[in-house]
Amino acid sequence: MLVMEVLKEHNVKAGPDITVKNTVIGVLALQGAFREHIGAIKKCGAMAREIKFPQHLDSVDGLIIPGGESTTIYKLMQKYNFGPALEKFYNQKKPIFGTCAGLILLAEEVKGDSFGFGYIDITVDRNAYGRQVDSFELPVVLKLGSANANNNIIFESGAETAAGPDKFHAVFIRAPKIEKAGEKVQVLGSVDSVPVLARQENVLVCAFHPELTDDLRIHQYFIDMVIKSKNMIKSDANN
Amino acid sequence: MEKGTIRVKAGLAEMLKGGAIMDVTTPQQAKIAQEAGAVAVMALERVPADIRAEGGVARMTDPEIILKIMDAVSIPVMAKCRIGHFAEARILESIGADYIDESEVLTPADDKYHINKWDFKVPFVCGATNLGEALRRIGEGAAMIRTKGEAGTGDVIEAVKHMRVIKDEIARIAVLPYEELMTAAKEMGAPYELILYVHEHKALPVVNFSAGGLATPADAALIMQLGADGIFVGSGIFKSENPLKMASAIVEATTHYNNYEVLARVSRNLGEPMRGIHTGTISENDRLAHRGW
Repeated sequence: MLVMEVLKEHNVKAGPDITVKNTVIGVLALQGAFREHIGAIKKCGAMAREIKFPQHLDSVDGLIIPGGESTTIYKLMQKYNFGPALEKFYNQKKPIFGTCAGLILLAEEVKGDSFGFGYIDITVDRNAYGRQVDSFELPVVLKLGSANANNNIIFESGAETAAGPDKFHAVFIRAPKIEKAGEKVQVLGSVDSVPVLARQENVLVCAFHPELTDDLRIHQYFIDMVIKSKNMIKSDANN
Repeated sequence: MEKGTIRVKAGLAEMLKGGAIMDVTTPQQAKIAQEAGAVAVMALERVPADIRAEGGVARMTDPEIILKIMDAVSIPVMAKCRIGHFAEARILESIGADYIDESEVLTPADDKYHINKWDFKVPFVCGATNLGEALRRIGEGAAMIRTKGEAGTGDVIEAVKHMRVIKDEIARIAVLPYEELMTAAKEMGAPYELILYVHEHKALPVVNFSAGGLATPADAALIMQLGADGIFVGSGIFKSENPLKMASAIVEATTHYNNYEVLARVSRNLGEPMRGIHTGTISENDRLAHRGW
């Protein structure tokens, strides 16, 4: 319920009918760690739905593409023709959050591969960190609060975490490396000057796995993105 | 920066969930598996059905074959070592295998002890037929469990049995009064701390896949509905008439395991599945699932 409290505190006008509680986040459930994302979304107080076919996208406000095997997820998305529905979702400015494999699928360019929906201007090397024996974990400093003045609502709250108030314990598993990020991309966290959490408008990507730890701050940040986009869509509709 | 921690080891298994891991013996087969949507491949010299048919001592696969398979695909590559054979495991770790299966399918190298898997940076998956065995392997450092079934048979009955046994035993531990947990740990031969974990969480501390006898999309759906986190398909793919079609169908069945429209669609016109052996005709001595201590 943190987001609601903070929203109130900062007098953010969410409108009477748009709250965390009635925000629905879809989690692509073709393969990978989708249950963990669903658990995290529910702990944040929002609703979560499994997305197994493109038509399921119609009933959600935001989408998470989870970690898993990017080749497998991509092949299944192709098989079920997710492309047009996802394009519509993206054009409606509904937020999309990709972790690990999800980051790869949302990237503009994936080295040596043909996939990538091209919704965030990054170039990704899938195997640059090495194989499984090179997988690692470490605390990462995140700058979510400083993205812009209105965005200041989540990470200034000093939520308790093992890694410290300004750090996030990040777990990297055969992680993709963001080798290049375009000008429009905000880097929200990096390791050795390589971006690991980045955002371009309504697309958020993360090279590590926030769903494998109990720290909910990145999910809360995403839910906040979704609430803001719902407000925008609503005020556009009213005008 | 920490590497080889239990969190990153078990984390890879988390990422494989809802997927099918397939046995392959050549780079060409590995590419077919990847094309079909496998989440990982198990690089082998012979699939279990051939090991069973040909007999002799089954050992670690030639590293050259594993390296060629690693070159051919971008998905994770797993490899098997013999039970207790830590030297084979070290060799597999040194060539960069992504996961090691300390497997009863190969001829055991130690009749008493399994590998101390905490010593390794590479994660291990181990077979189990019941909760005690699963928790002993996790106690030794396994980051992933797979129920054993009976490899190389194409007969799903043992896979079903082992999945149900583990599920039932977890359910029983979850409801036992606290004072009975130590005796339960003693009787199951399981570490007490892990019994406490299962009591509290009503689940294993790591991912549990199913293996040993799955041969069709319907088998995959059955075992997923019984609570498997994902599946291993050994001989079932490349012993079938149309491997790419069978592999793709099994991948879809693993994702949509409770959607019978999809299951019916993918089950059509697959050609002949692997012929298989009825497990009941295999003598106790020839059963691979008994290997493991």
